[in-house]
Amino acid sequence: MAEGVAVKEAKELTVVKGVTCPFCGVTCDDLEVHVVDGKIKDVKNACVLGKDTFMHHLEGWATPRIKGKPATIDECIEAAAEILAKAKYPLIYGLDSTELNAQRKAIELAELIGANIDHTSSVCHAPSLQAVQTVGISSCTVGEVKNRADLIIFWGCNPAEAHPRHPSRYSVTAKGLFTPKGKKDRMVINVDVRPTPTTRMADAFIQVKPNSDYEVFSALELNRFTKFQCAPMRGHGNVVGMAQVLTWQTGYPFAVNMSRGYPRFNPGEYSVADLLAHREVDAALIVAGDAIGNFPAKMAEHLQSIPLIAIDPKESGTTKVATVVIPTAQAGIAAGGMAYRMDHIPLVMKKVVDSPYPSDREVLERILAKVSSMKNGGNGAPSPASKGRG
Amino acid sequence: MGSSLKIVGGEVYDPANGINGAVKEIYVQDGKIVEACREPSGVIDATNLVVMPGGVDIHTHIASSAVNAARGFRPEDHRHGLIAKKPGIRSGVGFTVPSTFATGYLYTKMGYTTVMEAANAPIGVRHTHEELIDTPILDKGLYILMGNNEFILKYLKAGEMEKVKRYVAWLIRSLKGYGIKLVNPGGVEQWKYGKDVEGLDDKVYYFDVTPRQILKALAWTNESLGLPHPIHLHANRLGIPNNYLTTLETMHALEGFRLHMAHIQFHSYGGENWGGFCSKAAEVAEYINTHPHITTDIGQVVFGDATTITADGPWQYRLYKLSKNKWYNQDVEVETGCGIVPYVYREKNYVNAIQWAIGLELFLLIQDPWRVSLSTDHPNGGAFIFYPWVIKLLMDKEFRSEMLKRVHKRVLSDTTLPNLDREYTLSEIAIITRAGPARALGLTRKGHLGVGADADITIYLKDSDREQMFEHPIYVLKDGVVVLREGELVGSRDGKLLFVVPPDVGEMDPEFKTEFENFYTIEYENFPIDAEDIPNREAIPAGASR
Amino acid sequence: MSERRFTLITGRTTKQGRSIHLGKEATEYLEEISTLQMNPKDVEALQLKDGEQVRLKTPYGSTVVKFKKGDIPQGLIFVAYGGFINSLVGPDTQATGMPNTKGIEVEVERYG
Repeated sequence: MAEGVAVKEAKELTVVKGVTCPFCGVTCDDLEVHVVDGKIKDVKNACVLGKDTFMHHLEGWATPRIKGKPATIDECIEAAAEILAKAKYPLIYGLDSTELNAQRKAIELAELIGANIDHTSSVCHAPSLQAVQTVGISSCTVGEVKNRADLIIFWGCNPAEAHPRHPSRYSVTAKGLFTPKGKKDRMVINVDVRPTPTTRMADAFIQVKPNSDYEVFSALELNRFTKFQCAPMRGHGNVVGMAQVLTWQTGYPFAVNMSRGYPRFNPGEYSVADLLAHREVDAALIVAGDAIGNFPAKMAEHLQSIPLIAIDPKESGTTKVATVVIPTAQAGIAAGGMAYRMDHIPLVMKKVVDSPYPSDREVLERILAKVSSMKNGGNGAPSPASKGRG
Repeated sequence: MGSSLKIVGGEVYDPANGINGAVKEIYVQDGKIVEACREPSGVIDATNLVVMPGGVDIHTHIASSAVNAARGFRPEDHRHGLIAKKPGIRSGVGFTVPSTFATGYLYTKMGYTTVMEAANAPIGVRHTHEELIDTPILDKGLYILMGNNEFILKYLKAGEMEKVKRYVAWLIRSLKGYGIKLVNPGGVEQWKYGKDVEGLDDKVYYFDVTPRQILKALAWTNESLGLPHPIHLHANRLGIPNNYLTTLETMHALEGFRLHMAHIQFHSYGGENWGGFCSKAAEVAEYINTHPHITTDIGQVVFGDATTITADGPWQYRLYKLSKNKWYNQDVEVETGCGIVPYVYREKNYVNAIQWAIGLELFLLIQDPWRVSLSTDHPNGGAFIFYPWVIKLLMDKEFRSEMLKRVHKRVLSDTTLPNLDREYTLSEIAIITRAGPARALGLTRKGHLGVGADADITIYLKDSDREQMFEHPIYVLKDGVVVLREGELVGSRDGKLLFVVPPDVGEMDPEFKTEFENFYTIEYENFPIDAEDIPNREAIPAGASR
Repeated sequence: MSERRFTLITGRTTKQGRSIHLGKEATEYLEEISTLQMNPKDVEALQLKDGEQVRLKTPYGSTVVKFKKGDIPQGLIFVAYGGFINSLVGPDTQATGMPNTKGIEVEVERYG
């Protein structure tokens, strides 16, 4: 599934069509990427965020290093495996801006070393996931919105800036079966604590006080009167895919602990924020996500005090302080795979250019193999059964 | 264990080949049953043991966007079942909605080796394949939901049957599906407006077609494409009092076509309302007994926890209102819907006890075991791990009598169950759990132990407690390799995807791409799934057009 | 020096989403995530002048950012997602796993 369908238009220009954008949860799959001599020259159909994702994918690249000193990828993988094989209560985190098979490998690694595994949903949509576990949700795919919705309420979200093509592809100007006139067939309401660029596309704006959304509504009960649906505007990269594969392999969407050799779930205990705030983990592997750059200071502090491995195409707050930095090919651009849209629809991500670095999947596979042989080779690392806090 | 072996001394139950408990040697080479092999590299001594083909589940919900939503939404369910990692064995959790690795192991531990995932929205099939890849050991196929597909409704409205046929073939070919599934035809489209259809002749809004038209069109399409399995139908009005009338009308409407009625227990209810809720199992069984075009699986209710998961959105909304449990709903563009509600079946609850009795009545009243498959409509009627308990109920009249003393007392007065003396034989159990479903699926290498069959074999210890016997096989072989010995998993391996290759009935019209992209939200070219994306697979050719 | 309590809102902006691809050290990115937006009336009340900086303080820490006038209700301030607000956020998740990054009470004062 990795190779894009290339259409040669001229001797040196290759146009890859139907490319899926790896940036946000709108997961547009209609991009056309123009490649000349293995370099991306142009991107059609993408929003500014998507276009920049492709056009600047080479800027700010990370370099392989151990304790700040340049190293080879092989040395980095060896060093990473050593850290993880020795750890007693490790953390694997990030995993949003990567593809399904890399996520699979990260879960397998977590199982092998008895790690806690969590991803960026945890510090973003954890409360909404728990709300679904408590009362449920009445929702739909975005095509239902495109084809039928005559009333759209953007509540506490700002698609104009965070999900730029959501309005044109799915929700405002999109034309569908029962919405042939697009925006004219819809009433758009924006509810937020402040006006945003999204307010400008709304027919009405309702300003609410911060932290007062709770009393508002339940789409479940609104269904007594007409057909209401509610959908979280899930965000970054393939975070939905990570929740999907973690759920089918372990039963739980985030905050999973493998220290007993089987999955356990407890937000507030096994969630990344709490594990770090309580200074519990003794090593961390951060894949395709910037933990240090986004976490509250107290949490970042603990991460900097333990052996830290960063697997990422680009330099970030995390790579800057990591013990081991392993640069990789960016999923969706220089590595193929699969990603999920915000409404759980799976899509193929194509590889449009080559990278000198291996994919996240390959790096994780190699770490997994090394850790596995270290544990079986009896190098003194504790066996998985004796690990964890019990 | 090498690539060949023989199983000696076992009492063999292979009803497809007319073998009913004879002691017979079975030879296996390169994953297949063979006539004989000279120097088998392994021997299994099955003296005093019972040998059967591996189990085949014709209807279960184990992998899909909907099943995964149920897993994510029911953390409380998972704590009932924990599987720790071992070398070669992945960890997992779960009870009514187990994780994927756990699903493969739990079915294997019960002696089942082939399962059919029963409900998949086309746009989510890529997801289902990824889950099935992570469901070890078992061979798997999937049915594709088509009974509320707006392209089909549109073609029907225009009377374009050839287009329906080409579209169905395109869907199955593009998605690597096994068969056509219908769930509440017309009703799920109506649910997109918060409504349902009341009967076979209700019109679906805008598309102006009726459930009857949808049923006939897809049954005709199925036969003209020569698909190995009949249309697989979750009929209209599931779960509702007096729905047996719709059930009878549906089966009658499709005379002349093959038809698989899924989880028919949920469709055999009488009574004007919940107060008058009663069994109509006798009427439904009588129809099936006299009409060979029907096959069915029961959807037996098992007491305790269940998770109801179905594309039948309007029914799930009713169940949410009735049960006041949490509710998950996901309407899917162009295609279908999905609803999930946790549910507990209680022995002392009148309706639940009658549902339990109706399932057993149907098992015992339908005379031809070849047309009945064991199912709980997992996890709608209860978890598949309770199949051995159901087998005990079918084989052991005394055990049924004990249960009748425990359940709501009106089962005694209001159903025929107390008067049914039939006890299933081992051969009949082998039919309803492997030979019959394999035949109904058109899987010629499954469900039997004749030469050329896949060497999927289960070996049981004879036990007068039939639940014990079927819950704990001694050996399970998959493709000729021992995966379970002395009741313990001894290794895992990948199972295959079984998918049907429909005949070439012509390409889609050139304007279809535009229509597709007008109503869907993904590119037409990104919809089909490459066979290469599914590492282990076996194509099953369609047969002749009927 | 005047000092007032505000409610801090964080979120994504187009500039932040675009410039992040230039790298987390890029001037454009750092510029965007280190600029606070405030209602003009609040700016006046705090007697802030263009080019000045403000210090934001919570019980967990403090940070210094630039300010600009923005279309935002009085009493609220907005900063784009990024490293600058991390020191203001506490680690408590109330057992949800998610630190509270929206609607945080902060003290704002002119800096320097």
